[in-house]
Amino acid sequence: MPNLTIDGLAVGVPEGTTILAAAKQVGIHIPHYCYHTHLSIAGNCRMCLVEVEKFPKLQTACSTVVTEGMVVRTDTEKVRKAVTGVLEFLLIHHPIDCPICDQAGECGLQDYYMVYGLHRSRYALEDKVHKKKVQDIGGQIVLDAERCILCSRCVRFLDEVTGTRELNFFQRGDHSEISIFPGRPLDNNYTGNLADICPVGALTSKDFRFKCRVWLLKGVESICTGCARGCNIAAHFKGDILYRYKPRVNDAVNRAWMCDFGRLEYKKANDARLLAPFVREGGREKSASWGAIVPQVALELSRAVEREGADAVAVIASPQSSNEELYLVRRIAADRLGTKNLAFTHRTPGDGFSDDLLVLADKNPNSRGAKLLGIPDGEAFDALIGKIAAGRIRALLLFGNVLGAFTEGETAGLLSKVPFIAQVGTNTGPVSKAAHAVLPSASFAERGGTFTNHAGRVQRFHAGFPPRGKAKNVIELLCDLANGLGADWTFTGERSVFRALSETETPFRGMTYESVGAFGQEAAR
Amino acid sequence: METVLTTHLADDRYRRIDGYRGSGGYEALRKAVSMPRESIVEEVRKANLRGRGGAGFPAGVKWGFLPKDFSRPRVLVVNADEGEPGTFKDRLILTRGPHLLVEGIAITCYALAIHSAYIYIRGEYVLEARILEEAVAEAYAAGFLGKDLLGSGFDLDVTVHRGAGAYICGEETSTINSLEGKRGWPRLKPPFPASVGAFGLPTLVNNVETLADVPWIVANGGERFAALGCEKNGGTRLVGVSGPVERPGVYELPANVNLRDVIYDIAGGLRGGKPLKAVIPGGSSTPVLRAEEIDVTFDIESMAKIGTMAGTSGVIVIPEGTCMVRALSVLMNFYAHESCGQCSPCREGTGWLRKITGRIEAGEGRPGDVELILDLCDNMMGRTICALADAAAMPAQSFIWKFREEFDRHIAERKCPFGNSF
Ligand SMILES: Cc1cc2nc3c(=O)[nH]c(=O)nc-3n(C[C@H](O)[C@H](O)[C@H](O)COP(=O)(O)O)c2cc1C
Ligand code: SF4
Ligand code: SF4
Ligand code: SF4
Repeated sequence: MPNLTIDGLAVGVPEGTTILAAAKQVGIHIPHYCYHTHLSIAGNCRMCLVEVEKFPKLQTACSTVVTEGMVVRTDTEKVRKAVTGVLEFLLIHHPIDCPICDQAGECGLQDYYMVYGLHRSRYALEDKVHKKKVQDIGGQIVLDAERCILCSRCVRFLDEVTGTRELNFFQRGDHSEISIFPGRPLDNNYTGNLADICPVGALTSKDFRFKCRVWLLKGVESICTGCARGCNIAAHFKGDILYRYKPRVNDAVNRAWMCDFGRLEYKKANDARLLAPFVREGGREKSASWGAIVPQVALELSRAVEREGADAVAVIASPQSSNEELYLVRRIAADRLGTKNLAFTHRTPGDGFSDDLLVLADKNPNSRGAKLLGIPDGEAFDALIGKIAAGRIRALLLFGNVLGAFTEGETAGLLSKVPFIAQVGTNTGPVSKAAHAVLPSASFAERGGTFTNHAGRVQRFHAGFPPRGKAKNVIELLCDLANGLGADWTFTGERSVFRALSETETPFRGMTYESVGAFGQEAAR
Repeated sequence: METVLTTHLADDRYRRIDGYRGSGGYEALRKAVSMPRESIVEEVRKANLRGRGGAGFPAGVKWGFLPKDFSRPRVLVVNADEGEPGTFKDRLILTRGPHLLVEGIAITCYALAIHSAYIYIRGEYVLEARILEEAVAEAYAAGFLGKDLLGSGFDLDVTVHRGAGAYICGEETSTINSLEGKRGWPRLKPPFPASVGAFGLPTLVNNVETLADVPWIVANGGERFAALGCEKNGGTRLVGVSGPVERPGVYELPANVNLRDVIYDIAGGLRGGKPLKAVIPGGSSTPVLRAEEIDVTFDIESMAKIGTMAGTSGVIVIPEGTCMVRALSVLMNFYAHESCGQCSPCREGTGWLRKITGRIEAGEGRPGDVELILDLCDNMMGRTICALADAAAMPAQSFIWKFREEFDRHIAERKCPFGNSF
């Protein structure tokens, strides 16, 4: 365990630690562009130069491994001049189009210029080398070669992470340029990460292009709902509109990445929303108040149980729901309705693609959680569908806007066999077109809770803003419904539900939101 | 004077294997395979052989960097990229005595238990590559290369690999990348080639001339080789003299020859008795000397003492009447064109230097441009992955330090006082 001093601060670090990482431990930020925690070391931007005693030349902190007794200085005149010099080199050809650049506000050039630059340009305007701007290079990405500082992060990402190698350097010297090969655009499911890792505005997101200045956005820690991986993300929003997802680093789950499919899942919180409760009477939609619709659903469900027995009532849960919500759903089915007709399916419409990196075929964030909470899938779901098809289900409480992998036509056909359907859902879909009572629920950006990913990792997501329109938090809604069915639940939000389920549900026993923390905790097996 | 390399080069037959063997060629290899490996390395160490690729690193020491355990195969990369402007000495070996190199490779590989050698030859050396390939084929046919060479039980494969014409591919880690089929970018060190080199294997990189000296060392002993030179520079060096001298060319000279004598005796002085203005002593990257500074011995240490380098011993002679701004701007064009582009200071610095020197020469220089050049050099030197940034900055600095008045005149008079001539 070598010990060293950095700017006079003593620190001990594990063997093999670089100066840059050691400095971070004592709260010293060493500027860098090409270094990225999750890529190989390139050492080519030369921003991280530091003085190391006994070395005549400045050393790159990103690549120099600490040795015992090393004395490092990051704050000398020599270092400052070097870093300022590198920054000046990086800026000489820059088009300075920050006012129309999406990266503005989170740009490495802007940030370091404020600290190390603040110089007047010594470079003649007419000497600037011009390169190709606004290139659609495929995937989710637009390339502006003039803004590129040639840090090679993108090249390394496509080499080391996806292995697809679409981007490379072309030309030499100050005509060096990042580009794809002619006619061979980005072709992988992780292109959005390029915009994240590009420290400047050279690679930006087509989807986010010109949508919002980043300093107007607020962020909240969340979990991608796109598949069972449960990539850790930050959801960025303004008002009640989600603008983008960015991956959060979690080495146990997604490292620093997320997939392109998941990255666009945010749109579900914005588009095709169910925003006010309504009932369907004689085939016509009629708006309803929350005060009326919940008692009505409770009445229909209990009436069906009374008249036709508990086996005529069914609950189809959703693997898009949180652990907390699923726990309450199970309790409503078992304790309030007394029915065994409770199931879910992780099959969703679409092609169920997967790869070796992150994406899993199960396109739901919480199938594992549903199973751990005792909600069955597979045969149980198929049996339940069988009962629906046979017309034996007289009242159905259904979560989500799809019915498994059934097509829209198949779904309509099946649901036409059920006299009363209550849907709790966020988006319009085949189910809301058939349901007799539609109870709009808050999106994943508007509510909090936990998901259990495919590997049994319980991970927390947070609400960014209150439910849109008249949509309602699912826990609140379920409490109202349960109480309408004779319960006396007093849960006040996801934390109180989690506390309850962690007392009774073996896989979650002893867990708290604190123990789950920001990076999750494995459920017991 | 005793010569090591050029003794038979005037003989046309020497470049074919029969002629080479007729002059005692491959006898050193025969001797080597009967010697214990360690004693061959010891002879090279005693020889004080300094690398001839430009940096002058002691060859024996470098050989010692290869790992002591033989668990991984090792590789020899022969640097025949010879890209440094003013340098054309390896070419003489490649065209007139290719078997000197082939024999040197065979002995070196035998001594270090290396079974694969790659000769990386610059793309522009088309004829040279053909001659070299012929020599390699001859050596295979005669049993000096290939399986069980000379019945020693030792196998060696030698491959000639042609570059595509990039100066940077002469930087040894760039050579390795290029050899592997990758973009010719220098690698970040450590790891050094001796531990992770070509194809991830421990690799020795040596210059053509360095290896061509090895047969003589084995034949005559390291001490005798050392005695040909001076204290820390064993043997002789091939010195290339270019510029308007009476007899430009490559000469084999003792390491401690006087630089003045190289120009005035050996190369016959300047053509037409023109006065000398400046000398770039060791290839275009080495700091320039003024005419009055050249009375100095041409060994590595003496040159370092006066602030320049023996480098590749490519002596570029610059006569009076040459515009030093123009000369520098030509050099800056070269480095800007050849920078591989990965390090910010080199990529942008070389291009910037090219533009500033170009505009000064064109009479469009601005007050402060000279200081700007010096400051940029300061921001480039020692700040990059390989030495190309230094190679560009050193001439820029030294041209200004030594010929400042010419730069100032260009800017003040807004034109080239030499009428743009060399
Ligand atoms: C930009 C650059 C270009 C180089 N070009 C050559 C070259 O063409 N030939 C060469 O032998 N060495 C060249 N070198 C030096 C090599 O990196 C290396 O030091 C040398 O091949 C080692 O051989 P030696 O120890 O026998 O001199 C170059 C170095 C740099 C920085
Ligand atoms: S495009 Fe961005 S990530 Fe790629 S080299 Fe340029 S600056 Fe770096
Ligand atoms: S891999 Fe799955 S969880 Fe991760 S971003 Fe993609 S869809 Fe979302
Ligand atoms: S110093 Fe120049 S040539 Fe050498 S690696 Fe850096 S950019 Fe390439």
